[in-house]
Amino acid sequence: MADISLGSASQGLDGIQSSYMAQVQRRRLYGGLTLLIFVVLMVSGFNIADDRNAGGFWEGLHQIGDYPADVLSEAWEKRADLPSLIATYLPALVETVNIAAVSTLIGAIGGLFLSLLGTRGLARWPRLIPVFRRISDIMRAVPEIVVALVLIFVLGGGPVPAMIAIAIHTAGALGKMFSEVAENADLKPVEGLASTGATWSQSMLLGVLPQVAPNYISYALLRFEINIRASAILGFVGAGGLGYELRNAMAWGPGRFDEATAIFILLFGTIVFFDQVSSRYRNRLTKGQAR
Amino acid sequence: MTSIDLDTTKLHADALFRRKRLIGFGIPAVILAYLVYIFLAFDIQGLAGRANWDNAATLASDSWSHKVHVTRDNRSGEISYTVEGERRGTYPDGQRPDWVTGDEVITIDLGADHVVRYLPENRTEIEIPDFPLIEVEAKGRRLNSNLPGDLPDWISASDRRIAITTPEGRITLTGARTEVFNYFPGWELFWFTLDSPYHGQGLSRILFGEQLDPTRGNIEGAVSDWWNNAMWRHKDVAWAIGETILMAFLGTMGAAILALPLAFLAAKGFSPVMFLRAATRRLFDFFRGVDALIWTVVLARAFGPGPLTGALAILITDTGTFGKIFSEALENVDQKQIEGVASTGAKHLQRYRFGVIPQVVPVLLAQILYFLESNTRSATIIGAITGGGIGLMLTQAIQTQKDWEEVAYYIVLIIVMVIFMDWFSGWLRGKLIGSKD
Repeated sequence: MADISLGSASQGLDGIQSSYMAQVQRRRLYGGLTLLIFVVLMVSGFNIADDRNAGGFWEGLHQIGDYPADVLSEAWEKRADLPSLIATYLPALVETVNIAAVSTLIGAIGGLFLSLLGTRGLARWPRLIPVFRRISDIMRAVPEIVVALVLIFVLGGGPVPAMIAIAIHTAGALGKMFSEVAENADLKPVEGLASTGATWSQSMLLGVLPQVAPNYISYALLRFEINIRASAILGFVGAGGLGYELRNAMAWGPGRFDEATAIFILLFGTIVFFDQVSSRYRNRLTKGQAR
Repeated sequence: MTSIDLDTTKLHADALFRRKRLIGFGIPAVILAYLVYIFLAFDIQGLAGRANWDNAATLASDSWSHKVHVTRDNRSGEISYTVEGERRGTYPDGQRPDWVTGDEVITIDLGADHVVRYLPENRTEIEIPDFPLIEVEAKGRRLNSNLPGDLPDWISASDRRIAITTPEGRITLTGARTEVFNYFPGWELFWFTLDSPYHGQGLSRILFGEQLDPTRGNIEGAVSDWWNNAMWRHKDVAWAIGETILMAFLGTMGAAILALPLAFLAAKGFSPVMFLRAATRRLFDFFRGVDALIWTVVLARAFGPGPLTGALAILITDTGTFGKIFSEALENVDQKQIEGVASTGAKHLQRYRFGVIPQVVPVLLAQILYFLESNTRSATIIGAITGGGIGLMLTQAIQTQKDWEEVAYYIVLIIVMVIFMDWFSGWLRGKLIGSKD
């Protein structure tokens, strides 16, 4: 009796062990296959990209330092002028930061409405929730450069096309992030306010916004960091600000490398500065909420 | 005693209310003041004057319609029929649109009783309802016409050039040539160009009908003619989209591979040497701070324009971003699992492999996939600067300022591409680490 039970137990153990080993082996096989596919994709992708590039990767690799070295050595020779050049480009920097700030502001307001109108439980018109969600998806999918280039054609160069382009994308991106936060908002204050006869905008303003404000502001600050970079890039295609000056200085080539360096320094400094400031405030906002 | 208490409480409450009121009015006031400043700084008032509404009108109508040019060269007397005025859209010899008739006198029927006649000896007659018949004769570089002195605003005329814009089409006359533009809705020649035997054939005719080209099978020939369409360049567009996605893929994945080991160096609890930790972090800050724009510019000098440059620019910037995110994730790992693995006698590497990696992989994968989608957008923008992918095709099409239907086509494709990548990365995330809901 005891023998039999022992035998069946060990048989059961064997069975468990072999099935476990089989599972582990299958897992390893799948893992290995995935890795293999990934490596093949990376290598062949790299080769295709290398083929279609004007210069090859391996020939270019040792020239990578040449251009920065040229630029920096020229800037070093004219280092006495650098502070005054930085002062010259300060207005362009202000324009770049302004584009980012305004588009974040307008985008955040747009995202706020999109998120409130597209969140279950909060929406003014519950039937239209999918409509507002699709609108925010499409606004998010449009790369800034598409809108900017078309608007530059109509409105001419300058900060306004960049501002509109970034604001559209920001509204879509923030609309999605905001609505994820709003979904977790407590609905009791809204019900309480509704029972006093508050209108939709009053219950949103007094019931929902105080709950979500720290997260919203934190996301908007993160977006502001991203938008400074975007506004510099759009300047490069003709939308004013620091990027535009950088392209002009670069197109000139040697002789204006000191200006290019001044712009590099300003851009780098601005990005790092706003990154640090915004990450400090974001930390404070999210930690303050946890307390 | 109690009254004093109440008084102080009341004072306190009053102060709070005052502060709240101040914030309630202050923040909107600050925002408003800032917007007013921007309104002035960006010269939005002057924008209306600078804006070119003709451009906007061309853009809006061209993006969904096409025009067919009927051109008479006044020196040789030759008449050509082209779609959008492009050589690739020229009607083959002996063929012309069916709204053009006649041999000696070419009659162009623009519709709604608007008729243009090309007469011999470079004379032109234009019939427009509710307007007297316009007769123009080109002599050398001059134009003689019967147009009266005061003209409606849809006609502009000098002795060198006459332009007439009607709802049915446009007519321009100069000494050298006479041109009529007839507008039609839709994207013309999207499937086949005029020299293809499949142009104008229905889908069922191509699929099931008799063989149209004696040397090729119908489906094979049609696919190849569409793929090699010289007007719309479907092949190049497909390649360009592939390049853009490739840039995003190579950049994101390469950055993740580079950033993972570096993140261990930068994470507290994994990297014992403080100096090394600080140095790695500054490196990440530098990579991120220099920004993709400057990396693109610098790398394009070394590698030349193309998708590889774009991929490397994304790779370097994102190595910084990923390094920061990954090292933060590593600092937040739960020590208990590592201790548990260590208690079984696991060595250093095994502790990382079985104690740390399973904890951070979901976080890292989610970030990588999110960046894959966002980098598709960045790759479009970087492509416009460094010269690769769909971004370059879009900028080129916009800069030529005439192929707005192609611009519209590229914009639609870009949006579809980004939405697809968004969906794909979400789907992959669901498969790999389970969906959030």
